[in-house]
Amino acid sequence: MQSLINILGTLAASVLFALVAALVGGFLAGLDRKVSARMQGRVGPPLLQPFYDVIKLFSKEGVRVNGVMDAYIMVALVFTAIAGGIFFTGGNLLLCVFVLTLGELFFILAAWSARSPFSDVGAQRETLQVMAYEPMVLLMAVGFYLATGSFDVSCVLHLPAPIAGPLVGILIGFLFVLTIKLRKSPFDLSYSHHAHQDLVKGITTEMSGPTLAYVEIMHWLENVLFLGWVALFFVWASPLAILVVIVVLAAVYFLEIWIDNNFARVKWQAMLWSAWLVTLVVAGVNLAVLIYL
Amino acid sequence: MALVSKSPWVIHYDGSSCNGCDIEVLAALTPGYDAERFGVVNTGNPKHADIFLVTGGVNEQNKKVVKEIYDQMLEPKVVVACGVCACTGGIFKDCYNVLGGIDQVIPVDVYAPGCAIRPESIIDAVVEGIGVLEEKARAMKAEKKKR
Repeated sequence: MQSLINILGTLAASVLFALVAALVGGFLAGLDRKVSARMQGRVGPPLLQPFYDVIKLFSKEGVRVNGVMDAYIMVALVFTAIAGGIFFTGGNLLLCVFVLTLGELFFILAAWSARSPFSDVGAQRETLQVMAYEPMVLLMAVGFYLATGSFDVSCVLHLPAPIAGPLVGILIGFLFVLTIKLRKSPFDLSYSHHAHQDLVKGITTEMSGPTLAYVEIMHWLENVLFLGWVALFFVWASPLAILVVIVVLAAVYFLEIWIDNNFARVKWQAMLWSAWLVTLVVAGVNLAVLIYL
Repeated sequence: MALVSKSPWVIHYDGSSCNGCDIEVLAALTPGYDAERFGVVNTGNPKHADIFLVTGGVNEQNKKVVKEIYDQMLEPKVVVACGVCACTGGIFKDCYNVLGGIDQVIPVDVYAPGCAIRPESIIDAVVEGIGVLEEKARAMKAEKKKR
């Protein structure tokens, strides 16, 4: 009975997360475009532009190359929301990571279901991106366990000091793969918001109208969840943590936008070896220190 | 409320022209003029685009391409013929392989003349196109309600 209540609670939190994170994520996306424009000496679009775009996409004609694509995208969106629900109710971090990856895999399946060459290449690159960042994300969860003695996100609220101290290597490694996860240049191989045209629009080439709108909303939810993961490193049992988290998240998001605007896209080989190298060296050393010292 | 006018995504194709209008169109869309202020995004994917900017006329070779791009775009969509070649065939009109303006192959909503087209005309034409887009979106919505 207790577990049933827990599951229902998580699902309710997922719905709430989907609504709140869609709003917050949309604003973040607008802020991203605005700050990017200012960095390039432009005025840039209105802050609400991402919302205008999504509402417009919903009003477009619905055309699907393969009818099953919509189902895959919806499942991906639902799993992303559930991952957020698990995380923000203080649930199991490892489960949160796996559920999010499951959503990601459904997104890849959706692209493959179109059977179009551009969409295929986009899906393959997305798979490479998952390969590049997944080891680091899993090691983050392992490091979290070693530092706190639990996989439960809620335990950070009772810590005497933030885990960013003992997990500094893992934090650096995670910030490195965060650029891949946020789909920022130089690692925006499968899909980008910029006018890179080498693959038309990569993984979303065949997604249009309302389907594309759901993909956009999914990215907003993902972005909020990733910032939540970053916040995890800086929370401890003190009201001061709120201020620290806000400052850190603002700095991290600004840093990501800065990286996005200052680096050209790399080849997938460079992404894979650099992500794995950083994971192995920084996170590996950090874990070894935690285990053996 | 139709918000299509607040986020017009553009796709651009250059038919058989001297590339003069082509360069002007890209210049008008690039960061220098900051078309993103009005939500304009240069997509490169017909499935994401709302406005089709064509420069240059149609010939036997690119007839299929122009039609294909138009067919892949989702309703509501608008076609803007940029420059005199796109409008009528222009200086190439009498060539043996040239069919004429874009309207020989697909329906055109806005004609913007000029050789080469001036950036002001391009912006005016896109604004005019956004008006047409809005109208089409409203008609589409009304039809949906009827059904």
